[in-house]
Amino acid sequence: MTYLIEGRDGPWELVVGLEVHAQVISQSKLFSGASASYGGEPNTHVSLVDAGFPGMLPVINRECVAQAVRTGLGLKARVNLESRFDRKNYFYADLPTGYQISQFTHPIIGEGAIEIELADGSTRMIGITRLHLEQDAGKSMHDQDPARSFIDLNRAGVALMEIVSEPDIRSPEEAGAYLRKLRMILRYLGTCDGNMEEGSMRADVNVSVRKAGEPFRTRCEIKNVNSIRYVMQAIEVEAVRQVEIWESGGSVDQETRLFDPARSETRSLRSKEDAHDYRYFPDPDLLPLVIEEAWVQDLAAHLPELPDAKRQRFQDEYGIPRYDAGVLVAEQATADFYETVARGRDPRLAANWVIGDFFAALNRTGRTIQDSPISADALGGMLDLITDGTINGKIAKDVFEEMLESGESAAEIVERKGLRQVTDTGAIDAAVQAVLDKNPDKLAEYRSGKDKLFGFFVGQVMKAMAGKGNPALVNEALKKVL
Amino acid sequence: MMLTELTIAAAQGGLRRREFSAEELVGAHVAAIDRLNGRLNAFITVTSEQALDAARRADAILAGGGDAPALTGIPLGIKDLFCTDGVRTTAASRMLEEFVPPYESTVTANLLADGAVFVGKTNLDEFAMGSANITSAFGSVENPWKRAGDAETVLVPGGSSGGSAAAVAARLAMGATGTDTGGSIRQPASYCGIAGIKPTYGRCSRWGTIAFASSLDQAGPMARTVEDCAILLQSMAGFDTRDSTSVDIAVPDYRAACGRSLKGMKVGIPAEYRVAGMPAEIEVAWEQGIAWLRDAGCEIVEVSLPYTKYGLATYYIVAPAECSSNLARYDGVRFGRRVPGASLDELYEATRREGFGAEVRRRILMGTYVLSAGYYDAYYLRAQKVRNLIRKDFENAFQTVDVLLTPTAPSPAFAQGEKMDDPVQMYLNDVFTVPASMAGVPAMSVPAGLSASGLPLGLQVIGRSFDEESVFAAASALERAAGFTHRPAVRAEVV
Repeated sequence: MTYLIEGRDGPWELVVGLEVHAQVISQSKLFSGASASYGGEPNTHVSLVDAGFPGMLPVINRECVAQAVRTGLGLKARVNLESRFDRKNYFYADLPTGYQISQFTHPIIGEGAIEIELADGSTRMIGITRLHLEQDAGKSMHDQDPARSFIDLNRAGVALMEIVSEPDIRSPEEAGAYLRKLRMILRYLGTCDGNMEEGSMRADVNVSVRKAGEPFRTRCEIKNVNSIRYVMQAIEVEAVRQVEIWESGGSVDQETRLFDPARSETRSLRSKEDAHDYRYFPDPDLLPLVIEEAWVQDLAAHLPELPDAKRQRFQDEYGIPRYDAGVLVAEQATADFYETVARGRDPRLAANWVIGDFFAALNRTGRTIQDSPISADALGGMLDLITDGTINGKIAKDVFEEMLESGESAAEIVERKGLRQVTDTGAIDAAVQAVLDKNPDKLAEYRSGKDKLFGFFVGQVMKAMAGKGNPALVNEALKKVL
Repeated sequence: MMLTELTIAAAQGGLRRREFSAEELVGAHVAAIDRLNGRLNAFITVTSEQALDAARRADAILAGGGDAPALTGIPLGIKDLFCTDGVRTTAASRMLEEFVPPYESTVTANLLADGAVFVGKTNLDEFAMGSANITSAFGSVENPWKRAGDAETVLVPGGSSGGSAAAVAARLAMGATGTDTGGSIRQPASYCGIAGIKPTYGRCSRWGTIAFASSLDQAGPMARTVEDCAILLQSMAGFDTRDSTSVDIAVPDYRAACGRSLKGMKVGIPAEYRVAGMPAEIEVAWEQGIAWLRDAGCEIVEVSLPYTKYGLATYYIVAPAECSSNLARYDGVRFGRRVPGASLDELYEATRREGFGAEVRRRILMGTYVLSAGYYDAYYLRAQKVRNLIRKDFENAFQTVDVLLTPTAPSPAFAQGEKMDDPVQMYLNDVFTVPASMAGVPAMSVPAGLSASGLPLGLQVIGRSFDEESVFAAASALERAAGFTHRPAVRAEVV
């Protein structure tokens, strides 16, 4: 479905490209041995290299390079066996050396693509232009003291991957789908935790509008948007702003803007004239980064199964619907949980339980799959009791709730509460007879042709048996006597 | 025995034979510094007490017999560009006037591990930018040499390692470390009548050495003999995982290379180094050097390095470009000088205006300019291309010859005040030394004789990458033939 902005003189098309900064998961920083972990007291994860002391030199962290290559492979992108690091020069108090080491002309990863799926089930390919490695800056804190600013260098030098998309995105929904899919891939790969609230994934959003069939018009860049929802909102309001400018006879200036979610508007940060001249040049402290094809192959061989492939496999192997498969692979942990539950069991029953009662329970209790009160094995154990006829589906729901509360296994609960399904036909026959005896009027109605009352009798028998009757046997017994 | 007259090689033997103690040896140099540094200003920081303590420890080790490390008890000067743990390191700049690093550079750590004793931090041009040691925030260095019959005129020691060169020439230290970006070891060595080698780029770690131009900076030794330089480089050199541009190649026995026969060695004489206006006495010294090497069994070959003439222009794009970025960290925020300002930009401006001298500011401006949008392609990118051509020049020449022989500098030491109005005139001092820096190849200056005015003249031997051995071999042959025994007017034993 095409997203168009209705202007005074007709519809406008939206053109969006995203630059995502994804913090690399690694023990230490991109060019120093200091810890790259989040949190920590200010300025406790800082080496002399990070602080830009005289004579200190950067040394590339092999693991960060591996993470970038894994990500490139996950984005089905070209891996450049030779890449280079450049210096991006600018002064700021939280940039200790006065330059950021980045990859300007020769990034480690070239063209790739991400397939996104929209609400209507349609899919689109969004091109990836490049991925490069660069250092994060430190953090300036201006709100700690009336007169002074404080600097925390814990983050200075931590590795970032900047992932640049082609201007292929045509609606806020596509931008959201792109970011969710990218985040899913990064999380599967274990190369970025994708946590936008903590700032480990941030997006710069390039927005322009045009009439159908036109070449691109001037774009604005909205910097550092830190949630998917805000990205979608920012695109929407920025596009409207640009349409209004064009339609009132003005022209959009190429500039950097900020999104203010409180007012739902974008504001100019700096114009092209004030733009920094970053004076990029190759960093003479670092040789070109050369990696071996064999090493890349080895990383490729050890990549985890990615969401698209896993979803297809779930459909093929487990025979579950595409939609269900999509829900289950949204997070690696969920997919793993499901596979544990489904192993050696009815995969469709497993999918129904995981997506249905289990997800609902997590939602209700505010838990995540990682700290779920019911383990995959415990849920599987309960399914086993359904399958072998120990309990029926209705009892299972009660057992599940009990598991949620007590943490006991299904078998323990069934045993303790005597919930074992009654398959003894003698007991069932007796219960059936008792119900018929108690309801002679209904029996007469049934016999005179009111077939619908069959369900009433089933319900009454089950009630009499405290829900423990085997539904199939109850049906059979009723049919026989009726 | 004048302990300050000894070579390092001789002192090593004397210490081991207990002919004198390390305390006596170091003490003699400390005393000389006390007497002469006020005049020469070769040291920014003198560490007499630490040096004498270290000397006494060295004596304990030497007394223990066995294998004392090679440089045990040898007093050295350290260019104040090498960070020294707990000892103020200034780069001769107001910016780092009070800066005391909490770490030791790899090169000086290597020397300390081999037992060397540091008598102080030697003066230099601010951030190693200069060719006369007149840009130091701690004052100029005086060359200990005097023109014949002129005891008054103060001559420059060359630069940027002018303090190291003057200290070694005046016998205030037995050797010293230098750094060479475009000639900063070789040119002052030539002006002060001592030997000095810039090894191959990547041979000595740059870790902990304050950067000027990262793709050119290389540490090296300065001493009064070629063999002493070999002894010092042996200790300074080596692969360092903390410097990505350091090269993992075994360090050969340099001292052994000094005595090596030159029979069959091919020596190239680059035609392009015969620059217009070169003083006749430089030409004569060069011809004499050629004759000495021919006599030593070398084959002399005319070679061409056609891109030499672009060397200096290229250098003055590449080096300032890198320096403009390298010096951005001196911003008053984390260490070094801070001049407060009402805003961050004002703090930067005030700090850098007060912290940097005129020459450093000039180079930062030039470097910022050549990297700017719209100028990058015309200057920096083109300079990098020319640099590759210069490198190819040397590769081509080394297809046919083993080493090259050239003068080190186009003149002997000049007087303070001369050449100072025009920075370009000053930059021309490096015309013979810059090409080897651009190519990264090893090059050494060795004293070859005196000018008509009685000042030392150096010859430069340039070798293949990582073939410092051939450079040492040819330089020591020149040294033997020259028999350079002249000494400067101002020196330790002259009262």
